[in-house]
Amino acid sequence: MTISVRPEAGAPRDYHFPRFERRTLSNGMDLIVAPVTKLPVVTALAIVNAGGTSDGPGKEGVASLTAEALREGTTRRNGLDLAMEFEKLGTSLEAGADWDSTVASMTVLSEHFEKSLALFGEVLTAPAFLATDIDRLRAERLAERLQLLSEPRALADESFAKFIYARGSRYSEPLGGGTRSVSSITSADVTGFYRRNYSPDAVTMILVGDIAVDKAASLMETIFGSWQGQRTAVRTPVDEPSRTTSAVSLVAKEDAAQSELRIGHVGVERTHPDYFGIVVMNAVLGGLFSSRINLNLREAHGYTYGASSYYDWRRDAGPFVISTAVQSEVTAEAIKETLSEIDRMRSEEIPEDELTLATNYLDGVFPIRYETTSAIASALASMVIFGLPADYYDTYRQKVRAVSTADVLAAAKNHVNADGLQVLVVGDPAIVREPMESLGIGPVMQAEMAE
Amino acid sequence: MQIPIEKFYLDNGLFVTLSEDRTAPIVAVNLWYHVGSANERPGRTGFAHLFEHMLFQGSQNVGANEHFELIQRAGGTLNGSTWLERTNYFETVPSNQLALALWLEADRMGALIPAMTQKKLDTQRDVVKNERRWSVDNQPYGTWWEKLPQLAFPEAHPFHHSLIGSMEHLSEASLTDVEEFFETYYTPDNAVLSIAGDFDSVEARDLVRKYFGPIPSGKGKPPLPAMELPLTFGGSPRLVVEDDVSLPRMYMAFRSPVFGSDEYYAASVCGAILGMRRGSRLYRALVRERQVAADVSAFTFDLSKGSDLLIVDVTARPETTPDQLEAEVGREIDTMFSDGITPEELQRAVALIQTDMITSMQSASDRADKLSMFATYFENPDLVNEQADKYRAVTVEQVNEFIRARLGRDNRAVLLYVPKSRADASPESEGNLAEVAAS
Repeated sequence: MTISVRPEAGAPRDYHFPRFERRTLSNGMDLIVAPVTKLPVVTALAIVNAGGTSDGPGKEGVASLTAEALREGTTRRNGLDLAMEFEKLGTSLEAGADWDSTVASMTVLSEHFEKSLALFGEVLTAPAFLATDIDRLRAERLAERLQLLSEPRALADESFAKFIYARGSRYSEPLGGGTRSVSSITSADVTGFYRRNYSPDAVTMILVGDIAVDKAASLMETIFGSWQGQRTAVRTPVDEPSRTTSAVSLVAKEDAAQSELRIGHVGVERTHPDYFGIVVMNAVLGGLFSSRINLNLREAHGYTYGASSYYDWRRDAGPFVISTAVQSEVTAEAIKETLSEIDRMRSEEIPEDELTLATNYLDGVFPIRYETTSAIASALASMVIFGLPADYYDTYRQKVRAVSTADVLAAAKNHVNADGLQVLVVGDPAIVREPMESLGIGPVMQAEMAE
Repeated sequence: MQIPIEKFYLDNGLFVTLSEDRTAPIVAVNLWYHVGSANERPGRTGFAHLFEHMLFQGSQNVGANEHFELIQRAGGTLNGSTWLERTNYFETVPSNQLALALWLEADRMGALIPAMTQKKLDTQRDVVKNERRWSVDNQPYGTWWEKLPQLAFPEAHPFHHSLIGSMEHLSEASLTDVEEFFETYYTPDNAVLSIAGDFDSVEARDLVRKYFGPIPSGKGKPPLPAMELPLTFGGSPRLVVEDDVSLPRMYMAFRSPVFGSDEYYAASVCGAILGMRRGSRLYRALVRERQVAADVSAFTFDLSKGSDLLIVDVTARPETTPDQLEAEVGREIDTMFSDGITPEELQRAVALIQTDMITSMQSASDRADKLSMFATYFENPDLVNEQADKYRAVTVEQVNEFIRARLGRDNRAVLLYVPKSRADASPESEGNLAEVAAS
């Protein structure tokens, strides 16, 4: 009834990442254009070279609030009119801060591209930042903070960052700021952040889609050419770990239906020379569905709906995190199984077929990742944000394929710190506290939940 | 914008659609089985979804979890999902691996049962129970997925019961259930296979015939009970849920024309006018002007039989009481009911929908899924190319007609989430969230 002979792969067809060209406008602003003509669509994405790491102490969240406030109106039209103008053109501007940058972007049908880009220009060069709008955005952000208290996943992620980074280190605080710092942000702070950080020398515009390079360059010159200014802000160090030995933390959530579990530590910076070895190692450990941790916790034990690991890549050392949610009763067992997978990863070379599973996957999905103009624009944005070389996407697959089992073992030994693992659980203390204490990893610290 | 579409049937009843696009060397394979939670029998809620998990546990020539491994090793992505009316399975692979994806799908359509064991069922049952804890029980407002359909559809209606299923029913599912469900619903004549992307039409047809051709047709499936419902609730069903949430939230559902019907497009546009992005009515009125809400959205379930639902979802700001939230949303709907919409609102909504439709066609996976959807519900994949025109043709009068028929007070189901202990939570309370002390 079925055919038992497995099909062989045919001959692969060539693929290359879309060609792009760089230009610099007369005012120093950078432009990258990647013509992709499959559909009548253009994505425009602007990167501002300042994010959460430029907030400054006590004002955590100002980069995020500034990004959101961009959409609240310009010196020529109020926020509602601005939103309506974009939306009548079938698009809307999304804007948000990341750790190292702020990104604003839109995807629009090519017939509306010129008008939309002119609006985009107005937003970046002449935002209004009215106090009434900033007040409303701050209140919305505080409502989100409140909401977080009842969301176990977000609570676990945020508590884990606080647990692994030293107090005062920027990465220990939420990207969008905590309640205290957000409460203190005024429209003057937002305006000040904009003045110091948003200027032609700090902005790169990326245009991907149904647009020619020369046409794009002349449009950009018309819209942005007269914008002047210089960036004055300086970033501060951000990634100091909280401690060097293992520790366990419990965030109490009475009657939780599951335990949200995070295991990891401060990872490495994006530009680390071991990047490709780490990426392949992580794919085997917890990056793929067929990774060791997922097959163990989900498929062998049924403890969870899914378990994964990731390195959060930032300019400085972002977190390395193993993340899962397990039935409360098996919290300690799930931690034990995870630790044993870490030990196995660090103690012996992986078999060749596990290596090829990861490298074939990363190599093969490469063209699938860049089907859309917005995905291509995001890839080019990463290149800008992390200062990757211009041929990065042309050599990516070759570099993945060059990773060996010895590289993977070295990555595990050097970048997964078995003696400094931090374990955090958001769960029901009545069920999980005792088993967690008996694990013998370290003292169980109680993260206090406020009233 | 038009995409090329070919279609044909195999002798065993499998409906196949193809859409060629040679711009990148990737191809998407997508299977829709015309079975979902609506087809579950009493006492087996959640079974269609549990069964979807079992389809990754191997088949005659494929080991447990090997489907995942082979596709990922080939450089592809994959998954499956279960909905009220259908279950889908899909992979996107480098185009030289098309045969592998088809072979894997055919092996589990043709010969799943030899690979099924009690142990596999027990493990996946645990996995699904943990999925339920994760997505419903341990998630603020997570129960809305089952409470709203319960409120909006009568008890015996196939859309009434929970898709993820109750813990009790999941515990009772047996291997015999797996066999019966497979034989009844996982047959070529109850499925659509779509292929989109980089392939040669002649080769693809040959591969489909080779791998799916030998699978025998099914014996037919039991008809669904009567799906038809009155156009309105004829009242205002209401449910208040005290939950572990910080902010009140309200879901308001309206019975609305089924997906794909002539009236559906006016309903869909009305949803966009109400809650799509910042220029929408509810966002402007409740978030921006009166500042009683933190967030709004509106969407349809896109159900193709009986009745669809148009749903408005509004989260309150901390200082807004649940009663206030309900009153404010009600007032906005009343205003729309009495005054209708403006041409400008219509134009904005259609422009946004249009852009979303065209940009989604960039992805081979999305193309294949849409082809399968229109082929499954209407036996007509060419409808993919007619959607943009149908939206452009919507008039102010049609939307107003929809509003008069469906947004009245006799057609509003309200599901209201209320924080368990509002006094415990004020915006200042989080300050020492991470004060860590050894205990």
